[in-house]
Amino acid sequence: MDFQLLVDIFPQVFLDGIILGFMYALIALGYTMVYGVLEFINFAHSEIFIVGAFVGVELLLGLKSVGLLDGLPWPLVLVLALVAGMAASGLLAVTVERVAYRPLRHAPRLIPLISAIGISFFLQDLIRLFESLWRNAFNLVYPTIDVLNVRFELTQTLDVSVKSLVVIAAALLMLWALHVIVNRTKIGTAIRAVAEDQAAASLMGINVNRIISLTFLIGGAMGGAAGVLFGVQYGLINPYTGFIPGLKAFTAAVLGGIGNIPGAMVGGLVLGLLEAFAASYLSLLTGGAFGAEYKDIFAFSMLIVILIFRPKGLLGEIVRERA
Amino acid sequence: MSRYPVRLTAALLAGLALVALPAAPNPEAQGSKGTIKIATQSPLSGGQAALGEGIKLGAQLAIEKFRGNLVKMGYKVELVPFDDQAKPDVGVANAKNIIADKEILAVIGHLNSGVAIPASEVYKEVSLVMISPANTNPVVTDRGYLNVNRVCGRDDVQGVVGSEFARGTMKTKSVYIIHDKTQYGQGVAEFFKADAEKKGIKVLGFEGTEEKSNFDPIVTPIKAKNPDVIYFGGIYDQAAPFFKQTREKGVKSKFLGPDGMDSSDLTKIAGKAVVGMYYTSAAGPASALPKAKTFVEDFKKKFGKNPEPYAAEAYDATAIALKAIEAAAKSGKMSREDVATAVRKTKHNGITGDIEFDAKGDRKKALYFVLQVASDDPAKWGDNKIVKQLAIAAPEKK
Repeated sequence: MDFQLLVDIFPQVFLDGIILGFMYALIALGYTMVYGVLEFINFAHSEIFIVGAFVGVELLLGLKSVGLLDGLPWPLVLVLALVAGMAASGLLAVTVERVAYRPLRHAPRLIPLISAIGISFFLQDLIRLFESLWRNAFNLVYPTIDVLNVRFELTQTLDVSVKSLVVIAAALLMLWALHVIVNRTKIGTAIRAVAEDQAAASLMGINVNRIISLTFLIGGAMGGAAGVLFGVQYGLINPYTGFIPGLKAFTAAVLGGIGNIPGAMVGGLVLGLLEAFAASYLSLLTGGAFGAEYKDIFAFSMLIVILIFRPKGLLGEIVRERA
Repeated sequence: MSRYPVRLTAALLAGLALVALPAAPNPEAQGSKGTIKIATQSPLSGGQAALGEGIKLGAQLAIEKFRGNLVKMGYKVELVPFDDQAKPDVGVANAKNIIADKEILAVIGHLNSGVAIPASEVYKEVSLVMISPANTNPVVTDRGYLNVNRVCGRDDVQGVVGSEFARGTMKTKSVYIIHDKTQYGQGVAEFFKADAEKKGIKVLGFEGTEEKSNFDPIVTPIKAKNPDVIYFGGIYDQAAPFFKQTREKGVKSKFLGPDGMDSSDLTKIAGKAVVGMYYTSAAGPASALPKAKTFVEDFKKKFGKNPEPYAAEAYDATAIALKAIEAAAKSGKMSREDVATAVRKTKHNGITGDIEFDAKGDRKKALYFVLQVASDDPAKWGDNKIVKQLAIAAPEKK
């Protein structure tokens, strides 16, 4: 065991964990907002997330085929991809709610859950079908924008690429925007009112169905943005890529206290860091006996421990107000 | 690579065949003695479909080319492709369907050793012969089943070829090994590791992962340890994003891998990151095989693309199956077991060289290659240079 090595790579692993954590946080918002309003877990959210990634890559590949990828300034290209991904995922989330969840809203709680799992499978194979017909491809590669791969060497063992900074900045910006919408605007107040008590909210003149659609739109758009960022950061997506990050983000939402927006952010960051440290350190600490493959076991064991002591999640009780 | 034109041509050809059928030289005999089916099992969908499709098309081409004698004898010869999705459970389920269809006399497949091993247990129940174009894990033949054969090499040799190359040509002093935790990937990585250690190469890490997108936490320790070479025991759809992210993070180590790297999709995904990397293979590029020239031309003409690796092996495997069935038909004994026995005895002068099986179904002299990726353009995958070529006999069973 090499202590110097452990110390040397610490900042890099920390940074990787933060990036992964923001990714989880953005996806987790979709789960937690819907849960906050409907007390229902939208298992199709992992596919809504990956649809954003697919729309983003299609846009970039489209720009590339007409030669605009290098012609336009890269921040504009990124913003275009993000907006397209957010719009597609947001609208898809609203459609899914309208088609698959609203008719079942007063059914027993397990019914919409099963409907959500069905939608999840349906969307996976729909993407796969579409991409096979359109490109005859299963794996799609995000086109490289060279500026994004420029790296700054901060120390000998720590460097930051432009795209990591973009991911962090975009995630922070979006989390801040969401915070403002939920806490400072009329619409946000309405969302919180519906979360608190649907019947009372409708008596106050709030159109509950519209607010629920809006919740799905915002949550879906956050997921879509996460999808595009995921693609930019890691480069390769396929129709089934969404499942694992979706599951982890759901876990992050529960860890932070499901239904609680700041909780989703905290949960995402904690899970991202746990995973990054487990993957990088386990084999170093155990001399190779446990490798990176045990990262999920380690991360999820920690989760169980945390949830034993804080069953409502990290922020589940401190912050009363739900989104 | 669009699948549409292929389907279209296939449909057109099928249509033509229907029209042409009455004009065939011996129309009465066609199919009068029954139908013989050859099955292929390989991933036709999912991330490894490029290779799996190549196996299917190679077999298809061979059937069209070599079925003449059987057709004259009055049999109808057909290909039935199965999609094992590179998943053991799907492969086994397909295998059960295959053994239930009495007209299937041989299986060409699989791509993945982890799928071939459990599926061949099913074939064994009815002694249905399997000729593998691509499964390099030693266990495949070391079980000593009469019905299991392969025309490719073995990982215990391939791993050693890799470590020898790393030590000899690449002058490697330290290596970091990553594998994909499958029977194939982990298997070949372990053979590589064992021999590398024997040769005095320092193994800085041995890590298994099923991760497909985020390799950050694995790359960070690698970067800190700065090995001369990174060896990836696995398949291109996972290796490519790993190599790409490794380079993006500024790691300068050279890359080395087994035959799982051998697909144009590797450069399609990883681009410049893998240019110049080396990989070992138990299946040379068809373009480098002197006898495969017409095969490559036919393949291009018919399917509109270059044959992927293993297409030539599948072609040879299918030719052997047909030859053996022919021999069995001539002797009048056509049970699945007779065909399996006949396959073991068959000697074939194939496009990948002379093929002859030893007592446990390994090729007596298999070819091993070390290749170097030439270009980041997937269309130029066929240009990859052979850096080293060896013919090595399969090791005796221990």
